[in-house]
Formats: sequence, C-alpha cells, structure tokens
Amino acid sequence: MNEPSKIVKTIASIIFPFIIVYGLYIIVHGHLTPGGGFQGGAVTASGIVLLLVAFGSAEIAKKIKESHLSILESVGALSFISLALLGLSTAFFYNFLAGSNFIFGRIPPFGSNPGDMNTGGVLPLMNISVGLKVIAGLFAVVLILSFVARAKEGRRK
Amino acid sequence: MNKKVALIVFIIFSCILVSTALTLRPFGEPRSTEMDDYIIENAQNETGANNAVTSVVFDYRGFDTLGEATVLFTAVAGVLLVLRRYAHE
Amino acid sequence: MIYNIPYIAVAALIMIGLYAILFKRNLIKIVIGITILESGVNLFLITLGYRKNAVAPIYTNLPEGTSIPEGMTLPVPQALTLTSIVIGVAVLALMLAISIQIYKKYRTLDVAKIRRLKG
Repeated sequence: MNEPSKIVKTIASIIFPFIIVYGLYIIVHGHLTPGGGFQGGAVTASGIVLLLVAFGSAEIAKKIKESHLSILESVGALSFISLALLGLSTAFFYNFLAGSNFIFGRIPPFGSNPGDMNTGGVLPLMNISVGLKVIAGLFAVVLILSFVARAKEGRRK
Repeated sequence: MNKKVALIVFIIFSCILVSTALTLRPFGEPRSTEMDDYIIENAQNETGANNAVTSVVFDYRGFDTLGEATVLFTAVAGVLLVLRRYAHE
Repeated sequence: MIYNIPYIAVAALIMIGLYAILFKRNLIKIVIGITILESGVNLFLITLGYRKNAVAPIYTNLPEGTSIPEGMTLPVPQALTLTSIVIGVAVLALMLAISIQIYKKYRTLDVAKIRRLKG
C-alpha cells in the first residue's frame, strides 16, 4: 500500500497537540468536572493512534519500542497499588490526603462552588496513574496489530 | 436439529425480554435510594472532591477499580503474548 | 407504555446481539454480536439510575435551584457502567487477537470448518 499523502501528514501533525492537551485536561481535572482517568486515557490514546495511522507503522516503530510501553504501564499500575497501600494505617484505600494540609488537602464548602484544584485528596494522583496505564495499554495493542498488518502483506505473495 | 433448538430457545428468550421490558417500573422512579442519598450528601465532606461519580469509583468502591485495572493489564499482556512473533520487527 | 422506551431499546439490542451469536457463521460477525450484546447491557445498567428532571451529581457550578439529594441522579450505577465498558474493550481486544491467530492456522474464518481440533 502506498504511503499516505502530504495533506494527511500535515493536518495530522497540526491537530495532534490539541487532542493531547484536551485528553490530559480531562485526566487531571477528574475530581471537578465529568471525566477522570479512564475517559481521558481513551481520548489521549486516540490522539496518538491518529499519528500512527497518518505516518505508517514503519516510522513510528523507529522511535517507540515495545519495552518502553511495558515500563510505562507497569509504573502506572504500581503507583496505583502503592497509593492504596499508603493509607493502610486506617484501612486499605483510605483517603489519607483529604483534610490534612499536605498537597491536595482542602475541603470545599458545601453546595455549588467554582471548582478549586487544591481539593480532592488522593483522587487526582489515582486519576493520573490510571490514565497513564490506559494510554500505554491501548497504544501497545494498536501498535502490535499494525505490525501484524504490515508483516501479513509482505509475506503473502 | 441444532438450528431448530436454537430457534426455539431464541424465540422463548426474546418473549421473556420484551415482556420484562414492558412491565418494569416506569423510567425515572428508582425504588430505594438511601445509599445514594448518603453518598451525594457526604461526598464533599469525606473525600473533598466535587465529583460524586469519581469519588464513588476511586474512594467508596476502590476495590472494583483495582479489579478493573487488573483485567485491563491482563488483557493487554494476553494480546502481546498471542501475537508475540510480530513484535520484534 | 410509551414511557418505557429505554427498556424496549435494551431488549432490541440484546435480541440483535443474540441473533448474531447464534445464527451467523463468520467469526468476525460473532465477535460483533458479542459487542452489541455488551452495549445493550451497559445501556440497561445506566438507565436504572435516573430520576425525572435531575442533573448530574457534580457540585461545580450547579444550576440554580437544584435540591441536593433529590435533584441529582444516582452516582453508583454510573460507576459500575464505567467499569463494565473498560472490561468490554479489554475482552474485545483479546478476542480479535485470538481470531487473527485462528485465521493464520486454519486459513478460513468459517465456524463450521474449525470445529475439529487438529493435533
């Protein structure tokens, strides 16, 4: 299959930063607006897959290897588990940052309020680790499937 | 013979489904809401987040999210294991 | 009866998915049927938690005049549906990878010809 034309490559590299910023916004503001780790991770993975579709899998495979994605996904999973284990003095999964004056520890006033980023306890950190896990996992699956497609048509003659 | 049994089972099951869909409670009136009322009223005090759904997913029901993260990790590991000989291009 | 339309849509989706699983012979069509069935179940789970004329249970910039427990929808079914959607995506990825491997070995995607386990 001939490689994609110049128009596709140009438009994809223009649109790609906006999609990444939008997805990261959904992940980080998960405790104030609708969204969270899983939803923002799916949007960001779609942005990276757009780059893979526009440039072909041969060029993307030179930059990113499989082992980097495995390391990223394991880092996300391990940080999720360690955040759950850090509150073990009271209970497993205890929210030990809400109410204390550490980084995310303010309690918002009751009722309708414009959202403050400083609230939330351990929730924004969990959102970030789950988002990292989902991005790495979905991108690894699509990368493997593109390798299968490329090898299949090179060998079938 | 297999096709006839499958057809009879499918028709019986679809009759049960349609009759259940028509006689369920009216849409928009849930029956008992004590747990959800408690969660809506006390989510800002106890977790400190404005979003009640995120506080349910990560704080009140964190075990389910742990199980879901495990399923996602296992599925990605399984895909990379089944298609292993295309990964070394 | 006209006010139960989401439940009728759920019944239609489950019947379409079950028909595709039982009566089709291509492997990809069976996988698509499983996905439609799982979409129907997710829709049923999320329409169980609705209250009439209510807003989402989020406190950032609430519209004026919503009463706090009775004017919001229930948050627990929404959390369960999130988990179910992610599990559906993971299972779909694994099913497609295994069907690629089946095609490589048997050279066909017809379910009736794959029945015998070769040695």
